[in-house]
Amino acid sequence: MDITFKNVSYIYQRNTPFAHKAIEDLSFHIPSGSFVAIIGHTGSGKSTLIQHLNGLVSPSSGEVTIGDYRLTDEKKPKQMKELRSRVGVVFQYPEHQLFEETVEKDIAFGPQNFDISETEINKRIKEVIPKVGLQEELLKRSPFELSGGQMRRVAIAGVLAIKPDVLVLDEPTAGLDPRGQKEMMDMFYTMHQEEGLTTVLVTHSMEDAVKYADHVIILNNGTKYMEGKPEDVLTQQEALNKVQLDVPEAVQFLQSFEKRFGVQIPFTRQSTKEIAQSVQRYIKGAGPHE
Amino acid sequence: MSSSLIIGQYVPGNSIVHRLDPRTKITVIFFFVFIVFFANSVFSYATLTVFALTTVFITRIPIRYIMKGLTPVWFLIVFTFILHLIVTKEGTVLFHIFGFNIYSGALIQGFAISMRFFLLILVTSLLTLTTTPIEITDAIEDMLHPLKKIKFPVHELALMMSISLRFIPTLMQETEKISRAQASRGVDFKTGPLKERIKAVVPLLVPLFVSAFKRAEELAMAMEARGYQGGEGRSKLRELKIEKIDIAVYLLFALAVAIVFYTRN
Amino acid sequence: MRNKFIEFRNVSFRYSDEEPWVLKNCSFEIYENEWIAIIGHNGSGKSTIAKLMNGLLFPQEGEIIINGQQVNEETIWDIRRDVGMVFQNPDNQFVGTTVQDDVAFGMENRGFPRAEMVKRIEQNLTAVGMQEYRLTEPHRLSGGQKQRVAIASVLAISPKVLILDEATAMLDPKGRMEIMRTVSNVQEEYKLSLITITHDLQEVVQAERVLVMNKGEIWDEATPREIFAKKEALREIGLDVPFVAILTDELKQAGISITNEPLNQEELLEDLWTLHSRT
Repeated sequence: MDITFKNVSYIYQRNTPFAHKAIEDLSFHIPSGSFVAIIGHTGSGKSTLIQHLNGLVSPSSGEVTIGDYRLTDEKKPKQMKELRSRVGVVFQYPEHQLFEETVEKDIAFGPQNFDISETEINKRIKEVIPKVGLQEELLKRSPFELSGGQMRRVAIAGVLAIKPDVLVLDEPTAGLDPRGQKEMMDMFYTMHQEEGLTTVLVTHSMEDAVKYADHVIILNNGTKYMEGKPEDVLTQQEALNKVQLDVPEAVQFLQSFEKRFGVQIPFTRQSTKEIAQSVQRYIKGAGPHE
Repeated sequence: MSSSLIIGQYVPGNSIVHRLDPRTKITVIFFFVFIVFFANSVFSYATLTVFALTTVFITRIPIRYIMKGLTPVWFLIVFTFILHLIVTKEGTVLFHIFGFNIYSGALIQGFAISMRFFLLILVTSLLTLTTTPIEITDAIEDMLHPLKKIKFPVHELALMMSISLRFIPTLMQETEKISRAQASRGVDFKTGPLKERIKAVVPLLVPLFVSAFKRAEELAMAMEARGYQGGEGRSKLRELKIEKIDIAVYLLFALAVAIVFYTRN
Repeated sequence: MRNKFIEFRNVSFRYSDEEPWVLKNCSFEIYENEWIAIIGHNGSGKSTIAKLMNGLLFPQEGEIIINGQQVNEETIWDIRRDVGMVFQNPDNQFVGTTVQDDVAFGMENRGFPRAEMVKRIEQNLTAVGMQEYRLTEPHRLSGGQKQRVAIASVLAISPKVLILDEATAMLDPKGRMEIMRTVSNVQEEYKLSLITITHDLQEVVQAERVLVMNKGEIWDEATPREIFAKKEALREIGLDVPFVAILTDELKQAGISITNEPLNQEELLEDLWTLHSRT
């Protein structure tokens, strides 16, 4: 499903003295099947943006289109529930939404709300459990007995069991240790590649954005600050620093290298190995300086 | 603001009433509630009304805001008035309406009782309108201090109240977050039959309880790490101080009380 | 020679008899005015160490000596005055209804006179750059700001050791930077031992010494530079290797001989520059 924002603004507590704009005149397009990273600080409007994606809020002005569903100020689609079954959202610390007696029941909760048949649900649970890296033995256990990392996987399985076309991830790795973070991001990336799942990743991590996304949107104070391919956007150090963001470390290195040696090695999302080889070629190849 | 009901709401300000020692406010309001029941003449009612309205005026909170906020209470006041009109059978019959005889005594008494009711609500809501919950907590802790002698856990009670106050906004944010997550999983909190909507609360309440318990555990540990070991030997940063203005308020109130008693029938 | 301030002697801990050991026979020392980082994956036992230092938990085996005193039920109140601790969740350690009430909490517990509290609130909030927020309520603060208040609250009672138990784990990069900057200022200004517990290798660069935990045991104890050199092994115990270290490794494999393990990009570029001028 394509996602389009057209001049979207959202005002919290409209018509009260407490009114404030969370998003202002935001336009962008996410083609079906892409992996988009949305980057911005706390308060940049990220979480308001996410809520537009499955109709938790409607724009105060402008228009949001997700597939065939349209959201405007006047019009909320009647099929809001249907929209929510097609856009799955994994919120920050999703383990906080667990409530059922067993892991199995919790994963089944979403699909049940969307009137999926019992046999289909059971089939989906079987599919989704290995996908998120859990064992079937855990199904009968209480989710509250599991480790933090396992609980998060159960919560994610609960969203995946709805079989959405679009998967929205709000800082899915927050609080995990480095190994957990890497495993989780690789898991989402595999799903994106194998199933063509449109993925919207909200993150603070420039490293994740440059590693996984094919499109980057940078938000600042509720407006779009930059947009484009990661190698084009995430190399603009000055512009990013202005909004207190930083370029990925590899870019940082290449830029310092250029300053020091006067030689430009362009950033093409190449591996660290390739960067090392370029550096080596220069150091060995070029004669002594001056 | 989600509701216009103002009972329990604090309106920030810097008026004399806002700055009064919360103990002064609580004491005056406590006695005001008593004195209202002694009023029985036009003059005594007038004195109390003037006292109450002057106070409202000094707070600089718009009177219209307060009146609007008391909307649900107005129904009660009007209901009381009508009830008195119908039930009381004193004095002369003034007129006849809907098959009821309306007596002159009923009119007076209905009016007096409604007035009493209005004054009570107005003055007590002034306390929360001009005093932060934490100030009220401090005042209660201080005023209940003598009860410590009979082993009443005054300090613990005050601490519990202040921690609850501290965590109300946090838990409200949390409620919002969890309800968003569950709505995304297809829960409908807003429409459908009542039974369904009550059922929809379970996926909200369970996570909230789980998180509240976890918070409580971590908070207890953090408090212990920071040297908390009960009220014994503790000092306090927030201090209550009776100033000249508090004494002036006590004197003014005493004067009002004197007038009320002097002008009683 | 610096004085020992904290000493763990063969400490083992578990939550109950049925459960596995969280810490197994750990021994180490921490000195006065030292900055030590403890790293390890989730569940490696690093946070347990922090709680043992503060008497929030007691070991089943071994003993812990802090400032010459053994940690036990009788000494914990003295020890908690010396050992201040900042926890992971910014919300769940904020006791006061405003910033200044929270900073006061620890002092109130120790019966500080009011005038002293007012003075120290001002002084410590300034140290963490939060003096403007003295009367602000916690729900109006960002995570990073709450953690800075937590640091000020702990510093207000002048501890000799400050432990940050994954205090940056729940923050965004901006908040994390705020805290790391605050912490290094504070360490210079207050002359105290600093123990930072983290799983982020970027945060250990400034420490003098690093204690690496794995599955409840001390896996290594060395300088950040020495730790950075053990890339493969770090990865095996679930830690992330910083970009500089990976790049250095790749450069070495490409035939560039870098002898000194660089801690940051500047050091690496400096090395490359030297090599380059020599060829």
